[in-house]
Amino acid sequence: MVKVYTSSVIDAPAARVWELVRDFNGLPAWHPLIADSRIEGNQPADKVGCIRNFNLKAGGNIREQLLSLSDYDYSCSYSILVSPMGVENYIATLKLTPITDGDRTFAEWSAEFDCTPEREAELARLVGQDVFQGGFNALKQRFAAGAMPSAIVRR
Amino acid sequence: MVKVRRSTIIDAPVDEVWRFLRDFNAHDTWHPAVAESRIEEGRPVDAIGAVRRFRLRDGGQLREQLLTLSDRDRRLTYCILDAPLPLIDYVASFELKPVTDGARTFWDWRSEFRAPPGQEHALANLVGEQIYEAGFEAVKRHFGQATGAARHRTAPAQSSGTAMQAQAVFLARYGGPEELVWQSMIVPPPGPNEIRVRHNAIGVNFIDVYCRTGYFRMVEPPAPLGMEAAGIVLDVGADVVGFAPGDRVAYACPPVGAYAEVRNLPADLVLPLPDFIDDETAAAVMLKGLSAEFLLHRVHAVKEGEIILVHAAAGGVGHLLCQWARHLGCAVIGTVGSRDKAQRALAAGCAHVILGGEDLAARVDAITSGQGCDVIYDAIGGDSLARSFPALAERGHIVSFGQAARPLDPLDVAGLAAKSATVSRPNYGHYVGTARDVRAGSARLFAALERGILKPEVGLRLPLRDAAEAHRRLESRATVGATILIP
Repeated sequence: MVKVYTSSVIDAPAARVWELVRDFNGLPAWHPLIADSRIEGNQPADKVGCIRNFNLKAGGNIREQLLSLSDYDYSCSYSILVSPMGVENYIATLKLTPITDGDRTFAEWSAEFDCTPEREAELARLVGQDVFQGGFNALKQRFAAGAMPSAIVRR
Repeated sequence: MVKVRRSTIIDAPVDEVWRFLRDFNAHDTWHPAVAESRIEEGRPVDAIGAVRRFRLRDGGQLREQLLTLSDRDRRLTYCILDAPLPLIDYVASFELKPVTDGARTFWDWRSEFRAPPGQEHALANLVGEQIYEAGFEAVKRHFGQATGAARHRTAPAQSSGTAMQAQAVFLARYGGPEELVWQSMIVPPPGPNEIRVRHNAIGVNFIDVYCRTGYFRMVEPPAPLGMEAAGIVLDVGADVVGFAPGDRVAYACPPVGAYAEVRNLPADLVLPLPDFIDDETAAAVMLKGLSAEFLLHRVHAVKEGEIILVHAAAGGVGHLLCQWARHLGCAVIGTVGSRDKAQRALAAGCAHVILGGEDLAARVDAITSGQGCDVIYDAIGGDSLARSFPALAERGHIVSFGQAARPLDPLDVAGLAAKSATVSRPNYGHYVGTARDVRAGSARLFAALERGILKPEVGLRLPLRDAAEAHRRLESRATVGATILIP
């Protein structure tokens, strides 16, 4: 069993970050690795059990199933059904916690999975760095304290 | 059941913070409220069930019992056995987690308890602020972290999304200073893309006089006057990015309405204020400095070696124009109305100063060996442009940016051909009206302030309610340096 844990601080209130990340079909809107996404069977993206089917920009199709979603805990768990990565029993959880000191967000993204022993290090890096940390970096940039309001960018 | 929860980030690796905090008896070494503590019956500090008996600095005695200690989860849970306050069935726990992308620590501290009816809120605040937040600050200091950063200060309680009452100086109708009246108003919660700001210092400018008289129709009375202030963000409206309650900010732009204790503003016209600029300096320099910025860099981009003439060189904008133009390598000639002001103009970098009674054209002719000035900055008005014209070089540029004395006389455009002259008549709102202009102009201004190129001075401070007196002094030309109002 490989365990991966990545955490970060995002300079925005947890409710605002959650608004963005709770959409199980919304990865392309904020995660830099994801090209497109759809929910299979025309189901709502917040229906527990729904399956997102998405493509990576680098190529590769992944299907993931929503296991739990909590607007109370700001947390979401999902499993991988099909992917080209070569992982099994993959379950991941993304969780946000408010940091009251500064009204910021403590974000945690963790996963457990099985794979062949020789690929453990590589996959742990892929999941922890490229997927989780890459996603956090995009969120940090999007909510950066010094970021220009969108009104300015449009001008 | 009352629930209290506070959390923070400590700039140290989680294992170090946990080593420091897991000792159930060490809080008298770091928590500012705790005077001394000991474990009863000589038990080990990490024995579950151990009781710490401690005394607060205010004299209160407490006993608390350790319920959980987990080195794996970095979590500690305890309850109150005896306390001087009615914190009934109080159970608290704190937990540390690593922030993996920066070797920092997330610290969550929470509790649940019951309290007598009516005391829930006060006790929740006491626990949250005096125990948890005070503890956070102490531990941050222990790990060498700056505390109380302005960015992360929480908003004062009275600003929580409700309308506020505030005092302001209203323009009753266009006219003299007597039309400025002190009255109260309701400031609604900030709307989308707005922030609500409490002013600490407000700038007074000639543009306020032009607004007051109705020369500029930028404000429709009755309404508060003023275009420049510095203060602190109270709260932010929907969709606002980049500002949080407690941020220090400043602005100098329409919409008019700065002569007020509190107001709402479009967030994208407001600037975060760097630490090296205090509120009074910001109120003194934002509008005048942003004016100098666009006059010297955008209306006419002055070049090293150019000869420039600055009228009213000891005045608000004139003074900054001289300092900045000198730094940019220009030869600066200033005109002033009195000998005292001449000293001030020389100190600001003028190579030559011409007094009001002197023959301007003859003096400039002598100083420049007949060449004349490449640029003339004029905010005097009346016939000043016509009187300045003989002092202008061929292909020179007259920049008329104000009318402190009286409205401009008509200009003989055909006559400009005598020198192939250019005349500009810039409007502040057209150069400092959009978010992009505000950001670009202020970046240059703040850099000039930080490097000491500009040295703004506050010449007169008055209470906000005395804005009319500030206008009288400004119009009588009695002021030296900037005039600011303090709410």
